[in-house]
Amino acid sequence: MDAMQVKFLAMGIINGFAVGAIYALLALGFVVIFKATDIFNFAQGEIMMFGAYMAMLMSNALVGKLGIVAAFTLAFLISSFTTALLASICEMTVVRPMLGKPVLSIIMITLGLAFVLRGGVEFIWGPEELPFYKPFRDAPLLVQGVPIAEVRLYTIVTSLILMGVFFLFFKYSNKGLGMRATAEDQETAFLMGINVKRIFTMSWAIAGIVGAVGGIFLGSTVGNLVPYLSHMGLRALPAVILGGMNSITGAIIGGLILGVCENLAGTYIAPHIGGGDIKEITSYVIVLVVMMIRPHGLFGTKEIERV
Amino acid sequence: MLKINNIEVVYSDVILVLRGLSLQVPNGQIVAFLGSNGAGKSTTLKAVSGILRYQDGEIEEGSIEFDGEMIHQLDPFEVVKKGITMVPEGRRIFREMTVEENIKVGAYARDDSAGVQKDMKMVMGFFSVLQERRGQIAGYLSGGEQQMLATARALMSRPRLMMLDEPSLGLGPLVVQDIFGIIRRVNQEEKVSILLVEQNANIALANSQYGYIMENGKIVMDGPSEKLKENEDVKEFYLGLTEEAKKKRFSEVKHYKRRKRWLS
Ligand SMILES: Nc1ncnc2c1ncn2[C@@H]1O[C@H](COP(=O)(O)OP(=O)(O)O)[C@@H](O)[C@H]1O
Ligand SMILES: [Mg+2]
Repeated sequence: MDAMQVKFLAMGIINGFAVGAIYALLALGFVVIFKATDIFNFAQGEIMMFGAYMAMLMSNALVGKLGIVAAFTLAFLISSFTTALLASICEMTVVRPMLGKPVLSIIMITLGLAFVLRGGVEFIWGPEELPFYKPFRDAPLLVQGVPIAEVRLYTIVTSLILMGVFFLFFKYSNKGLGMRATAEDQETAFLMGINVKRIFTMSWAIAGIVGAVGGIFLGSTVGNLVPYLSHMGLRALPAVILGGMNSITGAIIGGLILGVCENLAGTYIAPHIGGGDIKEITSYVIVLVVMMIRPHGLFGTKEIERV
Repeated sequence: MLKINNIEVVYSDVILVLRGLSLQVPNGQIVAFLGSNGAGKSTTLKAVSGILRYQDGEIEEGSIEFDGEMIHQLDPFEVVKKGITMVPEGRRIFREMTVEENIKVGAYARDDSAGVQKDMKMVMGFFSVLQERRGQIAGYLSGGEQQMLATARALMSRPRLMMLDEPSLGLGPLVVQDIFGIIRRVNQEEKVSILLVEQNANIALANSQYGYIMENGKIVMDGPSEKLKENEDVKEFYLGLTEEAKKKRFSEVKHYKRRKRWLS
């Protein structure tokens, strides 16, 4: 490999890492809810989409007064907050009454929620592409001579910081401890004085925050918004399965691995087989192979079978 | 004081498990609550702790009162706030967490961090083995250590009443002695009342002031533990002390039949 090819490979890896970070955030949202509540939330992609739209709305509204950087930053924070709020409200009003009902009913409820959220966004903002103003420059930065779009770097850095914050939260805070206790044994958590219902809401709020951040960076990378963005939620599913449904570390690493592999497959394999959607296929092939060796995913444990 | 007044409990709307059960735990006492497998002891504790409704169970009649307040409609975390904590059957420690984290979970709902620190020292004093294993993953503890951890965890909520569901289950006699010694100390030194569910009637009556015996969802006998220990029926069916019972130990089947006759 000559220097040129190395740089090309590095570029593929870093860009893949940025996509993977978004997968990882979405997967984190799935897993946090699943661990705490045993519910698989099929509306995670829609929650992400809502976050992206919310940020766009705020950013576009504030850009004239504050300038793009301040407007975007403020929009980022407001969107994270409102998306967390929306997710919490969804949990309390739609999902909570379903507790203890058959798994299939709950799946239907979260699917229904997905349709409603997507419908709502389409109703408010319309189905057509909308521009998303963002502070990232189009001209790529040179990192050790490798050209990388600025938005990719910000995606990676912000996602890693956010994941680090949640890691510390789960490991050291009292609320985080309560969430882990609930994830391990809901009944006993209840018996130890933990308000498990509030933990459920909190897990949805966290999924809202990571969803919003993922959505904002996805929107910034693509450059415009369409409700179709929510399909990214399904693209992140393989990451969840790869990492293991009940592992937060797994979700993050699964997302990053898939992002990188997909991107490299898109760069190196796609040209030889005449295009096609090689990226999506790559994810599922990797998942399939891993599942044959480790049926519970890379970091998952058997515990999951009690559900 | 805990007062259970004539409660009826039904699972899945149809299975009647408690048929008018009443029981009291005066402040400061250890009360033994005995009965054979399936009698409804755990169900009673679940009714008090409020977890029952999350297992498809419901209190249809009667009431539960703690220090004059009705508590049978409260959620489990609210019952803990009122001062009652349960150590569930089978210990139910958080296996993936460390020993120290398990203990901290017990203090989750408290906001007096100075008091929590103090109580942490207190439980580590009672259970010195937990102090040694502080940083270890709880799932790797032995059965006895897990029982100690579950008890320590419950104590961290600073209960005025602790309910223990079969703490001796599956443990060797020496460990059981240890654990009951600590339970008595907790009762005396920390002034925690204790409701003690056991199948091991011997040790439960030896470590309590009062006892209840239940069968088929009802209390069939109660009295001071000293008296219950002397009662012929209790001796025969729960303590296995009489000459007759000793002989019968060799023919379990027959023993079982006799027991059933007594119940009906
Ligand atoms: N969730 C449940 N649903 C239906 N029946 C139950 C449930 N839990 C316990 N039971 C039944 O209630 C009876 C009493 O159980 P339990 O309170 O666990 O008894 P004990 O603790 O005295 O052994 C048993 O016959 C048991 O099968
Ligand atoms: Mg029981």
